[in-house]
Amino acid sequence: MIESLEKVLVQHPFVEGLKPEHISLIVGCAKNVVFEPGKYLFKEGEDANSFYIIRSGKVALEVYSPEKGSIIIQTLDEGDIIGWSWMVPPYQWKFDARAVELTRVIELDGNCLRSKCEDDQSLGYEIMKRLANVFDNRISAMRMQLLDLFGKS
Amino acid sequence: MQAMIPSSYRIQKFIKETQDTFTIELKSIESKNGFTFEPGQFNMIYIYGIGEIPISISGDPNKSGILTHTTRAVGIVTKEMAKLKKGDIVGIRGPFGRPWPVREAVGNDIVIVAGGIGLAPLRPVIYHVLENREYYGRIILLYGARTPQDILFRKELEKFRSRLDIDIIVTVDRAIKGWTGNVGVVTTLIPRAPFDPINTIAMICGPEIMMRYTIIELIKRGLGKDKIYVTMERNMKCGIGFCGHCQYGTEFICKDGPVFSYKEIEHLFGKREL
Repeated sequence: MIESLEKVLVQHPFVEGLKPEHISLIVGCAKNVVFEPGKYLFKEGEDANSFYIIRSGKVALEVYSPEKGSIIIQTLDEGDIIGWSWMVPPYQWKFDARAVELTRVIELDGNCLRSKCEDDQSLGYEIMKRLANVFDNRISAMRMQLLDLFGKS
Repeated sequence: MQAMIPSSYRIQKFIKETQDTFTIELKSIESKNGFTFEPGQFNMIYIYGIGEIPISISGDPNKSGILTHTTRAVGIVTKEMAKLKKGDIVGIRGPFGRPWPVREAVGNDIVIVAGGIGLAPLRPVIYHVLENREYYGRIILLYGARTPQDILFRKELEKFRSRLDIDIIVTVDRAIKGWTGNVGVVTTLIPRAPFDPINTIAMICGPEIMMRYTIIELIKRGLGKDKIYVTMERNMKCGIGFCGHCQYGTEFICKDGPVFSYKEIEHLFGKREL
């Protein structure tokens, strides 16, 4: 089971280029999870104990407004990762994440991964570099979204 | 057609596409020869008594009988255009400008990246490559709209998608209830779009900021700067490079463009003084 998870994990862009010993460390925190359409991976305010690597499917990041209901901010799919709140105190989700379609993910235990990153800081640095790349892409995309480029100027 | 004298065309059909965009289908009053053009070319459209503006041709280049333009009601002339109806007459000068590189793209995958109304000048490319499907590799359309209600040519996109020989990925900046598609800017679709970067030609049309970030993502994927084409927009007046209104460095957008490879205009692209 661990071996097959490792095979799946190494194919994911987030993990690409990691040393085999680092991948083995990560696999120790991983499990394979499937979310049916409409199921929540997590909800705002809950403890952020997990980090998700999407293998297939689509997940909507949403924020709930009493006036407007759930508003989708972004959708993520195969090749994306979800969540860094497991890395940042107070370790609570700031959004909801809902499977839009049947979604297969590798769920990494946030506590487990955090402690492995502390113990082996070269792994921690590799993870942070990869997360920084995700932050960079998401912030750039968010800025473009804020510009409302296709709205009337 | 003399380049500076408009020919009269009658509106055969007025189609409201979205809340603020519309398509007019025109037929020449003066000629029975039809209207031939290449994907990416534009016409100067004269709304009598109001003014003349450049608008890309959005129709099928394989059908010369009808001339099609799609635009958004946003300025003085286009707002007047939006009030036109079947039977009304407009003046046409054109076609002008350098087209999309559909011939150079033969044998390659084609990635079309469109934002908002930017899909209109790219629609003739889609018609062309689908008509000549066997000459191209994978065809991928990445389209970003503001909201699901702002998706242009929606029914036609669904029809194209049903052919199964074109990948169409649509995303919106803002979702509404019931939307189950992608949410996020169009550039986020590029990293995993299914094309071979070594043998791909990209054609981009949208707001300049969108094109800038699209180029960054395409280069990250491994596309050469000479394989990325954009269509530029400036204040075009004469359409034939005489008046100088659309000068862009040493180029005239109307005559040397509007389609350029990124390699040709990299030194000008995003420059604030131009």
